[in-house]
Amino acid sequence: MTFALEFTLLILLLVTAAGAIFVKDLISAVLLLGCYSFFLALVWAWLGAVDVAFVEAVVGAGLATVLFLLTLFGTAPKDNRLRRPPPPMAAVIALPLLGILLLYAANDLPEFGDPGSPASVHISPTYLEQSYSDTRTPNVVTAVLMDYRSLDTMVETVVIFAAGIACALLLRRQTS
Amino acid sequence: MADLLSAVIQRPNFLTFVIIFLWGFYIMVTRYNLVKKLVGLYLVQTSVIYFLVSISAKRNSTAPVLLSTTEPVQAMNYANPLPHVLTLTAIVVGVATLGVGLALCAAIYRRYGSLDEEEILKKLE
Repeated sequence: MTFALEFTLLILLLVTAAGAIFVKDLISAVLLLGCYSFFLALVWAWLGAVDVAFVEAVVGAGLATVLFLLTLFGTAPKDNRLRRPPPPMAAVIALPLLGILLLYAANDLPEFGDPGSPASVHISPTYLEQSYSDTRTPNVVTAVLMDYRSLDTMVETVVIFAAGIACALLLRRQTS
Repeated sequence: MADLLSAVIQRPNFLTFVIIFLWGFYIMVTRYNLVKKLVGLYLVQTSVIYFLVSISAKRNSTAPVLLSTTEPVQAMNYANPLPHVLTLTAIVVGVATLGVGLALCAAIYRRYGSLDEEEILKKLE
């Protein structure tokens, strides 16, 4: 039952990604990309990553779509190339090979949903067990983000500030 | 071969990640429209983040918000919170860099009147 739900969501994810890639009209492609982000947020909520799902729904499905649409309204909203030249041979050969190599290595990964995977037994139980007595916050993600790693989170705002400055400098009107 | 197939089927998250990652990368390499390239970039970003988050999932577990603050915590009952923390910042930074890319597209369009890579290269000569 739950497995079927996951497969449905993953197939919807792949279909919306394919739509965003194949559609000629760029505005439709961007809206399909927004749908893709929303399905991704649903998958994450289903996996138990509710904070990530919120952020993806707001920032990915909302803000990224708005940024794309603003750019397209200011520029050309159509991919007006009728015939594409054949793709470079290197990409056609190397990417499927890379895919086969990645799938070949799948055997060494922990199974999906395995509670004993290395990522889940190394340090994360310590955070889960001790974060409440350390920080008095029942949400462990908030406790790690805002307490244990608060300096990293603060410096991350510098990255966003730099991105905002770069956008403002690129988009200002030339007065000369 | 059958072993390999069953290994992939047991990890549908990894299969989805590989498909979206490689497809997005292929779009970035082969398409000539700059906005289409950014769509590919966004697919690559989100696929990697999706893979990181899917590692944190545990069977029969819930979101990493403590159900009771008085009883001792059983770590098996909650999803692994650390990949969530990593990816929260990665999503925001990813969208910020996407915004810079789109601003570059707008600036290029204002200067050269096109978003097609080959037309821009022609006008540059």
